[in-house]
Amino acid sequence: MNRLSQSFPTNRAALVAFVTAGDPTPADTGAILDALVAGGADIIELGMPFTDPMADGPSIQEADIRSLAAGTKTADIFNMAKEFRQRHPDTPLVLMGYANPMTIRGSEWFADACVDAGVDAVICVDIPVEEDESLGDALRAKDVAVIRLATPTTDAKRLPEILNNASGFLYYVSVAGITGQQQAAQASIEEAVTRLKAGTDLPVAVGFGVRTPEQAAEIARVADGVVVGSAIVEIVGKYGKNAAPHVKDYVQSLSDAIRAAR
Amino acid sequence: MNKPDTPPNSFRNQPDDRGHFGEFGGRYVAETLMPLVLDLEKHYRAAQADPAFAEQFDDLLQNYVGRPSPLYYAESLTGEVRKDAPEGKGAQIWFKRDELNHTGAHKINNCIGQILLAMRMGKTRIIAETGAGQHGVATATVCARFGLPCTIFMGATDVARQKPNLFRMKLLGAEVVSVTSGAATLKDAMNEALRDWVANVHDTFYIIGTAAGPHPYPELVRDFQSVIGKEARAQMLERVGRLPDMLVAAIGGGSNAIGLFHPFLDDPDVKMLGIEAAGHGLDKEHAASLAGGGPGILHGNKTYLLQDEDGQITEAHSISAGLDYPGIGPEHSWLKESGRVDYDSATDVEALDAFQLLCRTEGIIPALEPSHAIAAVVREAVKMDRDQIILANLCGRGDKDIFTVAEALGTEI
Repeated sequence: MNRLSQSFPTNRAALVAFVTAGDPTPADTGAILDALVAGGADIIELGMPFTDPMADGPSIQEADIRSLAAGTKTADIFNMAKEFRQRHPDTPLVLMGYANPMTIRGSEWFADACVDAGVDAVICVDIPVEEDESLGDALRAKDVAVIRLATPTTDAKRLPEILNNASGFLYYVSVAGITGQQQAAQASIEEAVTRLKAGTDLPVAVGFGVRTPEQAAEIARVADGVVVGSAIVEIVGKYGKNAAPHVKDYVQSLSDAIRAAR
Repeated sequence: MNKPDTPPNSFRNQPDDRGHFGEFGGRYVAETLMPLVLDLEKHYRAAQADPAFAEQFDDLLQNYVGRPSPLYYAESLTGEVRKDAPEGKGAQIWFKRDELNHTGAHKINNCIGQILLAMRMGKTRIIAETGAGQHGVATATVCARFGLPCTIFMGATDVARQKPNLFRMKLLGAEVVSVTSGAATLKDAMNEALRDWVANVHDTFYIIGTAAGPHPYPELVRDFQSVIGKEARAQMLERVGRLPDMLVAAIGGGSNAIGLFHPFLDDPDVKMLGIEAAGHGLDKEHAASLAGGGPGILHGNKTYLLQDEDGQITEAHSISAGLDYPGIGPEHSWLKESGRVDYDSATDVEALDAFQLLCRTEGIIPALEPSHAIAAVVREAVKMDRDQIILANLCGRGDKDIFTVAEALGTEI
């Protein structure tokens, strides 16, 4: 909880970097996570692979397939998190994924495993506030943040419902669509961030479709955080076991751009 | 649609106002879709309260679909079953002939209802997923009728084994997208339809083909399909003056079964049997999520799923493309746990045998989906008394399956 709230600097936007756990194999994830941190990522989102990633575009779908084909199990993902926590005691780690792998053993089990592994927050793509009570209550009771998503379809009436019980940060999905596709217009992002920040004291991070340092810098001028996922996952897809240095260079370019943005 | 009239201890008062059937159902969708799902529910409630909606729905079912479908006493099949039955056994076998509907299956009932809803909501584009192609054909049909463009998502595996329906959809003006992700069957088609929907929420209506998905889909699909059971109940009372002793229906997602069962749920003397696809056998590859799966969350609802210990969804198998899905509608999960409906299964081989039996004895070529139900009907009828009545939903005709059956039987067409 503290790790997450302290990770948003006051003088610049935070860089939130996503990779799929176990891609290309569980043994490779540790080095890739280290590369994210070395490249300047402030917050790590570790994606839990799922057979049916309905909200993801082709890049993350393929990453999930590679990871599951390599035999990644839920236990492996928590081991990766635990080892990451030992190497990086101060970098927040967020688990992101779908409801079924998170709840299959029960919400309490999942919350306990998060605490045990040093996971700071959870983003569950397909549990909206209407179905929050089981997993959300279990996580909050263990002081694991439940990060909510707001989207272009979230209107003023619905926003307070989303913000109720939200913690960590608010993730603004800037495009109505799946991950890794087009980027939203800067004007619409600015308008949305202004609207969201009027409703909450939580930091607002913006993601979906962010690929270049220039795009990241533009968002960094108006938002508290920039989330980059598919573009990193594509580098892992391209370089496989040798991805870590390429990931570091790319993340460094994003981080430099964000640091120079304002 | 008659929820307010049901008694408090009714089996027909599900779901609750959040779309839960007991612990099942719900609205497990991405935030982007949530406002639309809430809007759909609002419009469905308004449609339910609007007599003009029911009037238009009924009119189209009568004059476009060809309802009511006949209730048919299968005398020859009954005679065949009695040959092998113990003395005094061999129930009368009746069929609800939903294979005689326009487009050849029960799927059209639901498509008529949903496209009327789509138009009430001002949506201008339709998407749908399809397995066997029956729902895709039915969706393409209503889209042609009402002049809306439609895109149908179909797994590449199913595209290959359901060529006649693929061509039908194209003739009707639909764009068919062949989905190559996963096992390239119904579940993957549904993932791809959801991905399209989330990117086009402003103008697109998703016509889900079975009684599953986020609330209110399981409820509204059931309500539109309940015309099957309502007709059957009235026809049975008119023809023989009493209700059947047992209802049987095949289950993939479960829309034809819930459509037949729901109007009878509060008739305690009517037993009900849902038949899942046991594929190569329940100890091998199959599509029986109730028999071989456990509760989980997929495609917007909590229900029984085929999955591993980590909650990864496992591939289903059935010779019938329409049953080849690793989940089941949430109301069936609830009806199983409540004990009101029994569930059993039939294998590929049993379905093929039943398919041929019905062809020979009744001159009816059934789809492979209801062939699973027919296999169970034969099994059950021999155990029941001769004066008892077993009623099965013949939910689709088999023209689309002749290539699959020929291949399974080792025959070249």
